[in-house]
Amino acid sequence: MNELPILSILLLVPIIGILLLTFISSNSENDSNLKQTALWVSFLNFVISLVVLFNFDQSNPNFQFEEKYFWLGDTISYHVGIDGISILFVVLTTFLVPICILASYNNITFSMKEYLIAFLALEVFMIGVFISMDLILFYLFFEGGLIPMFLIIGIWGGERRIYSTFKFFLYTLAGSVFMLLAVIFMYWEVGTSSIPVLLQYEFNYDTQIILWLAFFASFVVKIPMWPFHTWLPDAHVEAPTAGSVILAGILLKLAGYGFIRFSITMFPDASHYFAPMIYTLSIIAIIFTSLIALVQEDMKKLIAYSSVAHMGFVTLGIFTFTIQGIEGAIIQMISHGIVSAALFLCVGVVYDRLHTREIERYGGLVNRMPIYSFSFMIFILASLGLPGTSGFVGEFLVLLSIFSVNTYFALFATTGVVLAATYSLWLYRKIIFGQLIKDDLKDILDLSSREILIFVPLVVLTILIGIYPIPVLEIIEPSSQLTIDIINGKMK
Amino acid sequence: MGIFAIILPEIFLFSSSTLLLMVGLFYKKINIINLLSFVLLALTAVLVIFQPSSFGFNNSFVNDEFSKTIKVMILLGSASTLLMFSPSRKHININIYEFPILICFASLGMMVMVSSNDLLSMFIGLELQSLSLYVLASLNRNSLQSSESGIKYFILGALSSGLLLFGISYIYGFTGNTNFSLISVTYDKDSLGLLIGIVFVCSGLAFKVSAVPFHMWTPDVYQGAPTPVTGFFALAPKIAAVALFLRFLYSSFGETATDWQQIIIFLSIASMIFAAFAAIAQSNIKRLMAYSSIGHVGYILIGLACFNFEGVQSLIIYLIIYLVMNISVFSFILMMKRKDEYCENISDLAGLYKYNPFYAILIALSMFSLAGIPPLAGFFGKFYIFMSAVKNDLYLLAIVGILASVVSAFYYLRIVKIIYFEEPSEKFDEFNSSSLNLLFFISSAIVILFFVFPSPIINIGNYAANTFF
Repeated sequence: MNELPILSILLLVPIIGILLLTFISSNSENDSNLKQTALWVSFLNFVISLVVLFNFDQSNPNFQFEEKYFWLGDTISYHVGIDGISILFVVLTTFLVPICILASYNNITFSMKEYLIAFLALEVFMIGVFISMDLILFYLFFEGGLIPMFLIIGIWGGERRIYSTFKFFLYTLAGSVFMLLAVIFMYWEVGTSSIPVLLQYEFNYDTQIILWLAFFASFVVKIPMWPFHTWLPDAHVEAPTAGSVILAGILLKLAGYGFIRFSITMFPDASHYFAPMIYTLSIIAIIFTSLIALVQEDMKKLIAYSSVAHMGFVTLGIFTFTIQGIEGAIIQMISHGIVSAALFLCVGVVYDRLHTREIERYGGLVNRMPIYSFSFMIFILASLGLPGTSGFVGEFLVLLSIFSVNTYFALFATTGVVLAATYSLWLYRKIIFGQLIKDDLKDILDLSSREILIFVPLVVLTILIGIYPIPVLEIIEPSSQLTIDIINGKMK
Repeated sequence: MGIFAIILPEIFLFSSSTLLLMVGLFYKKINIINLLSFVLLALTAVLVIFQPSSFGFNNSFVNDEFSKTIKVMILLGSASTLLMFSPSRKHININIYEFPILICFASLGMMVMVSSNDLLSMFIGLELQSLSLYVLASLNRNSLQSSESGIKYFILGALSSGLLLFGISYIYGFTGNTNFSLISVTYDKDSLGLLIGIVFVCSGLAFKVSAVPFHMWTPDVYQGAPTPVTGFFALAPKIAAVALFLRFLYSSFGETATDWQQIIIFLSIASMIFAAFAAIAQSNIKRLMAYSSIGHVGYILIGLACFNFEGVQSLIIYLIIYLVMNISVFSFILMMKRKDEYCENISDLAGLYKYNPFYAILIALSMFSLAGIPPLAGFFGKFYIFMSAVKNDLYLLAIVGILASVVSAFYYLRIVKIIYFEEPSEKFDEFNSSSLNLLFFISSAIVILFFVFPSPIINIGNYAANTFF
């Protein structure tokens, strides 16, 4: 297995898919060839990522499946690898992309070919971010994803799509460029941009502070934390359903991954110095955005704000520098990747039927759509962190870790859980329960078989991780422990 | 041959284009003349590549790795212009055989500029280039805009030449030498007069590279000149002027780098910031490209300001990528036609992707590349520039540059927005010119696939940078 460059294959398969799509002729009526090709290509990539997962040595905390080729000069190389922190994100990406493609079968009405190409391109960039073992390569993928996402929101988005996509692009670009300077600085300081080397390198205190801030500028926008989150609701609301799914499911995780991989490990002193600030911002994010979510009239906006709150837990967990905190943050991200993706898909289902996302326009759907109501319930409960769902595991671990660090912060964070229950249940009640009185809802149809096919794996995973998280934790544990060890080693 | 061997390519280009000028007088097949000029430029490039590195004519003329690299790039830009000229000449009233020959003469001037190691040979090259460019700008005699742009360019160009000469006279007066190598060993570091000389020469050269605050001519000339000429302005003369700027400063004033670095840093910051904001409101694509080129000069000047190996290397890499991106954009601009009429407004691109998705994605990626978004070629240009800036502790330049690149992303994105997000207007004519398509596809392929094989261009950068450090 080791001879096969399987991680590069993971990048190449979508690229080959793009080339295939380019040469498939299509007209607007008959684009099933395109859809099938894209679906099977992305599914194949999912299978390959599962092969990686099953061949992954869980006891080994270091990078595996490493590949290194000559790229830019001697010191900047094409270097990829995977460890316990990144592997689940890769699988999550390859898992969500086929679902996104499946979810776009009917609601993309024009330019299907370009749409699918953009999605596969996005997949390449997302996978690339998680497997890069060179900072320059990482930056390349991290930023490159902006191009397809810009087009996806801008072309296939809603009414205010142009404003939203510009805001999304410029916000994230403005944040990221500082990281580029920091990366360059580290390159000259250490003489290489190889991540494994940089992880072991000890920067002096003042340098750490500046570099930390530069990385923070990038991640704070991307994750996003209060008060830099304002692009997110706009982008989510205007993006097509699948765009929101990828945005919530993967793009937000890039920054969480970046915090774990770079910020706390490479700059532990600075991270400790800034930890109170992170706690404060996270707590504000959790409480403030939950309150905002309570007054939303648009379903997507509500879920978008809840994403900000959930990512608040992630940052809280990461900056406790404890094994529970980091594991909790990763599980929370994986769970949020599944659950929020599923919630956006749920919104997409009713949006496809009624073409509105206004909460007021719905009500009593349980009478006509029992299967839909059931799956929606699972995800709502997972989103508010009910025990037995994936959302609980992450939040619980994070709260556990923050409690060991600071009781007050833990107290505030816990109120966030209550608020999450409030807005989630409120949303569910408004849409699903009540009398079915609105005329256009009276002949609404339940999930089609294609939609059931989309939801089944999501429901299964949500419950599976919730009930039996041990296999997932076992994958994460060694590498997280190594991260903690590196931090403690440098702090001495 | 002896001494003349070191200027063999120049002699060849000069004599053969003079010959071509006479041939053209009697044999009025413009296509043939154009083709012959193309062959001439190609042959000259071959001669340049096989030239040995040497000095000559009392050290006033130099051939080294740096000059060879730049010359090949210039010839590439000129040859691309000839390819742009052939399909468009009939439509914009520049259907005269002098065009390719003027391009040849301008290239000759630029080659002399790049190789000059003396204030006098520098001025000769500069003037030969400039005079050809003045004529080229006003080549469309029936167009008011073209004549206006020629006149503007000429008046301001003459002014800048005056500044340059004034500076040269100071430098000569205070060092007693005109040769770069001799100046570098004889000058007095504390001499105020010399400093004035440097400032004036820098101003003159800043005009030629169109750095802020000496950029005023650029938007008008770019917009007014016939489009192939605009393309030429964006491709070759800038590269030559930057190379000359670099050699002048590095060879003669390497010792007092901190003095002139301030000038370059100012020019660079001013250019980057000004261009980023001024381009936002443009509606004419040629004018927008003028501001864009001012911005790019700002980044190139960062490399110049660094005064180390990485600086020169990044400057060369940036120039190559800049050349390729501009070939891509200008060959596309020349294909923007409706009913045989050229369109120059950005709004004409509206909805291009609805009826021609393939060209739309290529031009959109060129725009992303100009904005410096990875993984496209433009990113690597900026990346190397910032690498050298950080290496040399020029953090202010790096931070301003990076912020300006975010602002400038906005106006490039605006073009993408018009192509992709707006309802289609009337369709363009078929993009069927083979030579323009050839240029467009090759340059787009380099822009997109640069990240797969970056080493060749980076090695060229290394090769050229070895000259100075």
